[in-house]
Amino acid sequence: MLKLEKISWKAEGGKDILQDVTFQIPENKFVVITGPNGGGKTTTAKLIAGLMPPTSGKITFQGKEITSLDATERAKAGIGYAFQQPVRFKGITVKELIEIATGHSLSENESCAILTEVGLCAKEYVNREVNDSLSGGEIKRIEIATVLARRSKLSVFDEPEAGIDLWSFTRLIEVFTKHREERQETMLVVSHQERLLEIADEIIVIANGRVSAQGSRDEILPGLFGEKRNCAPCPKKEIDGYE
Amino acid sequence: MNETTKALMKIVTGVEGDLEGAYNIREDSGCAARHSTELVKIESKTDQPGIDITIAPGAKESVFIPAFVTHGEITDLVYNDFFIGEGADITIIAGCGVHSDDHGDAVHNGIHRFFIGKDARVLYVEKHVGTGVGTGKRSINPVTEVEVGENGYMEMDTTQIKNVDSTVRTTNAVLLKGAKLVIRERLMTDGDQLAETNFRVEMNGEDSSVDLVSRSVARGNSKQTLYSNIEGNAKCSGHSECDAIIMDYATVNAVPGLLANNIDAALIHEAAIGKIAGEQIMKLKTLGLTEAEAEERIVNGFLK
Repeated sequence: MLKLEKISWKAEGGKDILQDVTFQIPENKFVVITGPNGGGKTTTAKLIAGLMPPTSGKITFQGKEITSLDATERAKAGIGYAFQQPVRFKGITVKELIEIATGHSLSENESCAILTEVGLCAKEYVNREVNDSLSGGEIKRIEIATVLARRSKLSVFDEPEAGIDLWSFTRLIEVFTKHREERQETMLVVSHQERLLEIADEIIVIANGRVSAQGSRDEILPGLFGEKRNCAPCPKKEIDGYE
Repeated sequence: MNETTKALMKIVTGVEGDLEGAYNIREDSGCAARHSTELVKIESKTDQPGIDITIAPGAKESVFIPAFVTHGEITDLVYNDFFIGEGADITIIAGCGVHSDDHGDAVHNGIHRFFIGKDARVLYVEKHVGTGVGTGKRSINPVTEVEVGENGYMEMDTTQIKNVDSTVRTTNAVLLKGAKLVIRERLMTDGDQLAETNFRVEMNGEDSSVDLVSRSVARGNSKQTLYSNIEGNAKCSGHSECDAIIMDYATVNAVPGLLANNIDAALIHEAAIGKIAGEQIMKLKTLGLTEAEAEERIVNGFLK
């Protein structure tokens, strides 16, 4: 579905953040990108969503090259993106933001259903502004809701677990599983969270700006968590960037 | 009413066709239509241009008091006084439209005074707009003087978002015991437009309060200046928040002032001026809006 070929990205000042990153995301899979802090995971997610162009390389989505498309065009092509640090808006309500995401107006009940999915007691939230009055956890869940509401062909979530409570996180895993199984949506999640890694169909490890491993959950997890995991039959991959 | 007035009426008041209840429509410095009700009396002043609106104690009604300047070379000056009886609960739809299709200036200067009785509640909605393609300047300069009586309440919802070349907006309020004033101002300037807003609120009564929120957007080469002064002369609480989005080559000057003359006066001021955050645009782009659509959505939401 999505293919990155030799993608590189330099920060201002010329520092290499990503170098020759190449991988594919198959359709209807739940794929997790993981790796050490500062390794280039979020940069990769932003390049996929079109928040910035790569310095070099090629991105293909559903057989069409999208390297030069901006975020709007990629959203219209079917790529959704949930920010790691959600954005706040004075004057735009939660319901309005979800309506922008779906592209049409929604009844209060429809808005509530979307918010309930991410564990928000919906009626309390629909008419609130997406501003500083919302806690970090609340706004994070609203951010995720906007992406789920779009029903994109590929949804990219950058650290969806950050800032949300344990109950909501458990709920989120159920939602991701449901979207994958019932709606056959493809999801790419940037995360360090073991529980997300455990439901991944595939795991891509990015460290030091390069893909250091990619494979199925059973292939990759032992290399990430070492011998502590009860995964004896699984082959253990050597992964760069991990001691 | 001429056709321009009818068109402006719809923009300013949202009403198309005949008004109901009490109203006074001012057109080009004259009275185009007026109607009083049993509880709301509207009468011309005898000593200066304008009207006295007397609202009976306990009345629960809406009053329409819009004013229009429909062509250039008119400088309208009007004095309107509102006497609101005890316990009344009233909605006042005011506002002004200035139109010029020629080279002459279309100017409205409106001085409104409110005397709000004990326990009365007032919602004052004022929308200002300019229309027409002439080169004459469209100016609206409202002066609002308010005295809110004991346990009275006034909410001012004021908007000026389109085609007014120059405005000086002055609001002075005095709050007595237990009185509450809520102000919501939204302002947008573009091109070479100038806007100055002056708020001065004196809280003289115990347990009085003011909550003032001004949001503005300055585009093009426009210039905005906002003065916000809150004075606490008793046990009271005051909050003033001035937020502005600045775009293009515009300038915004926010000058807050808090004066506490009583140890139990709790006064807060917040002010923020900045461009639209890049991540706000980017978030809306990831939801499928173009950059221009995202910008418009953010501005409209901010001024909503």
